[in-house]
Formats: sequence, structure tokens, C-alpha cells
Amino acid sequence: MTNQPSSIKNWIERLGALWEKIVSNRKLLPILLVVGLLFSFAIPQFGLLNQYVVLIMIYVGINIILSTSLNLINGYMGEFSVGHAGFMAVGAYVSAILTTKVIPANLAPWLFPLVVIAGGVGAGLIGILVAVPSFKTRGDYLAIVTLAFLMIVKSVIENIEAIGGPRGIPGVTLLTTLPWTFIWVVITVWVIRNFVYSNFGRGVLSIREDEIASDLMSVNSRQVKMLAFVISSFFAGVAGALFAHVLQFISPRVFDIVKSTDILIMVYLGGIGSIAGSILGAVIFTILLEVLRPLGMWRMVLMPLVLVILMIYRPRGIMGLREFRWFVPGYDLFASKIWRKKKEAKDASAS
Amino acid sequence: MTYLFQQVLNALQLGSIYALIALGYTMVYGILTMINFAHGDLFMLGAFFCFLAATFLHLPFIPTLLIAMIGVAIVGVLIERFAYKPLRQAPRVSAIITALGVGIFLENFTLVFAPYPQSVPTLIKNTTWVIGGVSISSLQLIIIALSIVLMILLDFIVRKTMVGMAMRAISWDKAIVPLMGIPLDLVISATFALGTSLGGAAGVMYALAFPVIDPYMGVLIGWKAFIAAVVGGIGNIRGAMIGGFILGGVEILVAAFLPSTYRDFVAFTLLLVLLIFRPYGILGKPRPQKV
Repeated sequence: MTNQPSSIKNWIERLGALWEKIVSNRKLLPILLVVGLLFSFAIPQFGLLNQYVVLIMIYVGINIILSTSLNLINGYMGEFSVGHAGFMAVGAYVSAILTTKVIPANLAPWLFPLVVIAGGVGAGLIGILVAVPSFKTRGDYLAIVTLAFLMIVKSVIENIEAIGGPRGIPGVTLLTTLPWTFIWVVITVWVIRNFVYSNFGRGVLSIREDEIASDLMSVNSRQVKMLAFVISSFFAGVAGALFAHVLQFISPRVFDIVKSTDILIMVYLGGIGSIAGSILGAVIFTILLEVLRPLGMWRMVLMPLVLVILMIYRPRGIMGLREFRWFVPGYDLFASKIWRKKKEAKDASAS
Repeated sequence: MTYLFQQVLNALQLGSIYALIALGYTMVYGILTMINFAHGDLFMLGAFFCFLAATFLHLPFIPTLLIAMIGVAIVGVLIERFAYKPLRQAPRVSAIITALGVGIFLENFTLVFAPYPQSVPTLIKNTTWVIGGVSISSLQLIIIALSIVLMILLDFIVRKTMVGMAMRAISWDKAIVPLMGIPLDLVISATFALGTSLGGAAGVMYALAFPVIDPYMGVLIGWKAFIAAVVGGIGNIRGAMIGGFILGGVEILVAAFLPSTYRDFVAFTLLLVLLIFRPYGILGKPRPQKV
């Protein structure tokens, strides 16, 4: 009887060790990227998986972009932004207007990357507007600013008849494909990871820990906040553009506060201040929602319960403030290794 | 001019509902420095308790109101015990996410039992008087008067009673006050019971004023009441009352004089402008920051 649980435990431990091996091996990363890219082309080309699974994979990709970019504000900078769906709406509308009204239909597939970038730039410009109040207000008051921003974006879209008003834009062509989603996910993770480990990223972290102290240590907090908001909202716009071209219909209703709440849950489920956490959070949240679909209405009853229980037992989320070694730059690992060695030597000499 | 008076009356009605909900946010924040995002859904539960009591038990107005307030207070205390209490030492954001989760749970749990919008029977016989061109309904007067009575009662409890003194003490310092023999858990439960029962009362009033209710009605109103609490200065009880009336007033007046689709746009832009000039709300005081 006692054999059964221990063998399962053994298996879990072995799996864990294998996982640890993959995660800590940095040389695997480029190989995984190439394999992933090849698969993203091959799956739709040869019909390896059915359409439904491919669609879920695209949604997972979009959600990864959203949660990683929100983590920059909410996790690394320690603010509480609830307006991410607003940036997403701006990106979605800019790109959808471009593909339905401006660009001729036969050119659209070729210009799609530019359209997505245009959506991102549109959202990034709006991001500046939200960054400016963040210079003065923090915490709950900034949360209100982002919330009000979301409501304003929704209200403005509803009041412009030229872009459909409350009815939205129907008939957006299906342009988001699996390879494009994959490429954009890689770009997002790459940019945000590099930003976090750059000088500006250190500034972002120091603002989270203590804004006044970091100001005194000559961190240009305005510049850092501005950059963080613009980058975050740019990628939210990108995700919105991809989202519009896979859903094929957008309306202000799609981008309401519930959408923002979903992104927040993904970020905090995965854990703040961790890119790996954002990715895991997005994947788990999206797939769990799909797996639980047979439960019908009880799905959305069960899902928040799971979230609450997880938060009680792991208040920092799955990966809170920890990171896969893939995403940590080599010199950081090296520095922490030296630091640990020194500390051990010091402890040994002290005792 | 009569049109303006009419709208002021409407604004007072909506504002008192916002103010009652905002009070719940601000009380919980004052004690736990935590935003209870499930509060909007507790407001929704209040409306549904009212619906249940009125439809199935055929109770008149006052017992219905009491049932809704007590029911919501019990749910609120249970939520605090099982979801928020384990997280008191945890980072603030996990408590916030838990609150969002509890809110989604309440919405969808209600949705399972009430998939379609329900209509609430009329509990108060509505008579309308016309005074100088302004039509005043008894329902409006009851809502405004009742919420003002509730607010005065709350202000009295917080300022004059022992429980209120304990609440104020705990919001001042959570570490030392329990050492003086004040039961921390009991006071927090009392705060939740008071705050959420006001939300439940607001739910009943909303259900009487706008008698079609659905499980998602609490989301937007909850967020708006949160904005009202912040505008007044979160953690400040009188601020929440002022903030609620300001938000209600702005919304109704914008809808009265501009196309009603501009309502949210103008209301929120005004709030943003206000926050730029008073970043800590109307009655809030900036906390000194230490490095």
C-alpha cells in the first residue's frame, strides 16, 4: 500500500528533475525557438492539429503577449493598472480600420506585419497619455486613472459613428496565423526581457521598491515610467491587432473591464515580476478555461474558486519573483554565483 | 429651471446609491488597506436577496430590506473569514486578485441559478406628487431619506460607539492595537458586516428604482462606486459619501444636458481632471513617505 504513493512521488521528482534540466540549459533556447517556428508553420500547412486546437494556440499566444506586457507595469514597476484592455482596444481598432477601410483586400496579407505595428504604435501613443498622470499619482489613485482611461476609450469608440459606434466593425478578415502569433510572442518576450535587464529595467525595479530612494539614486523616474508605459501599451496594441484579426469582429463591448480582469488574473496567477510566470499564467488560464468547457455554466464558478485557493496557498502566484534561467542574462547568473560563493566563505569564516 | 430641479432629484437618488456602495469600499480599505473588489457583486447579491424575499416570501418593504442587509452581511463576513483572512500577511496584490476572484465567483454562481434578467415586484406603492412642475415620486424620497438615515447611523457607529472606536484605532495601527486587548478579528468582521450590509441596502434600493436585475449588474456599478470612494479620498468615510453624490450628480447632469452616450466620457474625464488637482481625493490626506 505504501508503495503506490511513493512511486508516484518518485515519478514526479524525476519529471521535476528533467524539467529543471531543460529549464536551466541555456543552449536549448535557440533550438526550441527554431523548432517552435518550424512547427508553427507546419501545423497549419499540413493540418497536424485540428482547427480548434490551432485557434486555442493562437489565443494562448495573444494572452502571453498581453500578460507579459502587463507584467511590466503591474509586476516589475509595482503599479496597479486595470486599463490594459483599453490599449488593446486602440490597437485592435487602428489595425481593423486599416485592413477594412484603407488597405485593399488583396494587399492586406502582405502588409499585415505593418498593420500590427501600426496598431501597436497607436496604443503606444495613447500610453503616453496614461504615463503622464503616473508621474504624480501612485497606487490606488493610478488604478483609478487607468480605469477611467479604459472607460473613456470605450466611450469614445462608442460615440464615433465612422467606426461603427457601439455596433463595432464586422467582417475583419482572418489574417492572424499561427506563425505570426509565434513570431510576435517571441518579439514581445525578447523585448521585455531585454528591457527588464537593461539599465532602464533596473530603474523600473527600483521604482517598485522605493520611488523616492530611487529618485535620490539618480534614476530618472519620469523617463523610466514613460518608457515602461509606452512599451507595455505598444505590445497591448499588438495583441489587440492580432486579436481583432482572429476574432474577425470587434466592438467596444469586447474590450470591457472583464477583459482587463482576465489579463490581471493571468499575470497574478503566474506571478509578478517574472516573464516565465506571465507565460505560464497565460497558458494555464487559457487552457484551463477550454478544458473546463464541458462543465458549462459551472466552469466560471469553478475557475475563480481555483484562483482563490491558489492565491491562499501561493500568494505570490506560481512563479512569483522567480525566473527561468533561460530569461536571466549570463552575467547576472555569474554575478549571483560569485556573490553566493563570497557569502559562503564569509559565513564559514564567521563560524 | 424645473428640469434642472428634476435632474437634481435624480442625481440625489443615484448619488445616494453610489455613496452607500462607496462606503463599503472605504471602510474595508480603512481597516485592511485592501480594495474589496467583490463589493460590487455583494451589492448585486443584495438586489437578488430582495428579489427572493419579495417574490417567494411576499414580504413587505422593511423586512425585505432587513433580510437583504443581514444576508449580504453574512456572506460578506464569510468571504472575509475564508478568502481574505489567510491573506492578511500576504502581498497586497494577492488579496486584490482574490477579491476579483470572489467577485467573479459570486457573479457566476448567481448566473447558474438566474440565467435571465429577473424583474423585481413593486414593494412600495409609488405615488407621484407634482410640486411646481417638478414631479417627485415617493420611491425617490424613500431612497434618498433611507440612505441618508443609514449614513448618519454609520457615522454615529464609527464616531460614538466602542466598536467604532476600535475600528478607528485599528485603521490607525494594526500592530499595536490588538496588544491593548482589542479583538482584531471581531472588529474586522464587524467592519465587513457593516460595510457589506450598506452595499446590500443599496442593492435593494437599486432593485426598487430600476426593477430589472441580472448577475452582472454589480460589475460596472461596483467599479463606479470605487471611483467615488477614491474621489472622496479612500479610507475616509465622509469622503465616500461626498464622492458618491458627486459621481451621481455628474452622471445625471451630463446625461440631462448632453447626448446620454457621452455620459461616461464626460464623467470620467472630469474625475481625471479632479484627480490631477487633488491627487489624494477631496478629503484624503497625502501620507508622508519615508525612505
